[in-house]
Amino acid sequence: MSRWLRSFGAFWYDFVIGDDWRVAAVVAVALALTAVLVHAASVNAWWLLPVAVIGALGWSLRRATSGKP
Amino acid sequence: MNSLALFLTVFVACAVEAVEALTIVLAAGLTREWRSTFQGMAAALAVLAVTVAVLGPALTLVPLTGLRLVVGALLVVFGLQWLRKAILRASGYKDLHDEEAIYERQSAAARAATSRGRRGVRDWYAFTLSFKGVLLEGLEVVFIAITFGANQQDLGLAAAAAAAAVVVVAAAGIAVRAPLSRVPENSLKFAVGVMLTSFGVFWGAEGAGVSWPGNDAALLAIVPATALVGLGYTALLRRARAARAAVPAAERSAA
Repeated sequence: MSRWLRSFGAFWYDFVIGDDWRVAAVVAVALALTAVLVHAASVNAWWLLPVAVIGALGWSLRRATSGKP
Repeated sequence: MNSLALFLTVFVACAVEAVEALTIVLAAGLTREWRSTFQGMAAALAVLAVTVAVLGPALTLVPLTGLRLVVGALLVVFGLQWLRKAILRASGYKDLHDEEAIYERQSAAARAATSRGRRGVRDWYAFTLSFKGVLLEGLEVVFIAITFGANQQDLGLAAAAAAAAVVVVAAAGIAVRAPLSRVPENSLKFAVGVMLTSFGVFWGAEGAGVSWPGNDAALLAIVPATALVGLGYTALLRRARAARAAVPAAERSAA
């Protein structure tokens, strides 16, 4: 049963998060910061998520290709 | 977002996944047995249809702001996965998806497996191979169709786009009777990655409380900007790879 649960969890982790969990972490943090800026500081931070996405993609690609021929 | 963008995104995403599923179904059917293969495919399609029928209406009951935040975040993460893979493949850091090679691999494994009937199915191996292939490829399509459809409050159109793509790919597969290796899968995956990421950014930020400049028209800037960023990263990686390859060659000629 525990092995089945582990495989089930691993499947969904791979399905949603994929090869680089850091990308998901950056997106989650950026969305949380956006919500805080909008609701607590009244800043319409529409630019934050696009910047975070561009940065996260570049970072992930750099990690995936560094040291490869 | 207009209905055309919803239809096209789901159609292209579904077509790409259907091409991959078709390769597995053909490998099972041509090397093993068609009846069990079709049973496996039908069982997987039934599971996927039930998933859409249950999850789709359930998602429409969630308040739109909360739905957009969660679904937007998931779409960004999911879209970046597609975009990342497409960029790595286009720049040569990852092998291109080769349907013929996959077909050969699956066929060899299917030929080597023993034939055994089970639970009313004549060939259990062909059944499970086909079932798993269609279910796993179909889950991504279901995810995209449900999230796009629920956010746009037009689940019917999303389901129609997915069904149309399956019909087109199946018809092409029946006509060719071989894996559809000429489909430019990586370019299509890049396009789908751009759309998923763009709409994810738009909906996710909206769900977090943002008001986009120009409201829905902001998408007309976000989609091309995301595509340009993806193309830019691809060009940068290609240049870096060529530069790395040139250095050892220059060292060899100097020696």
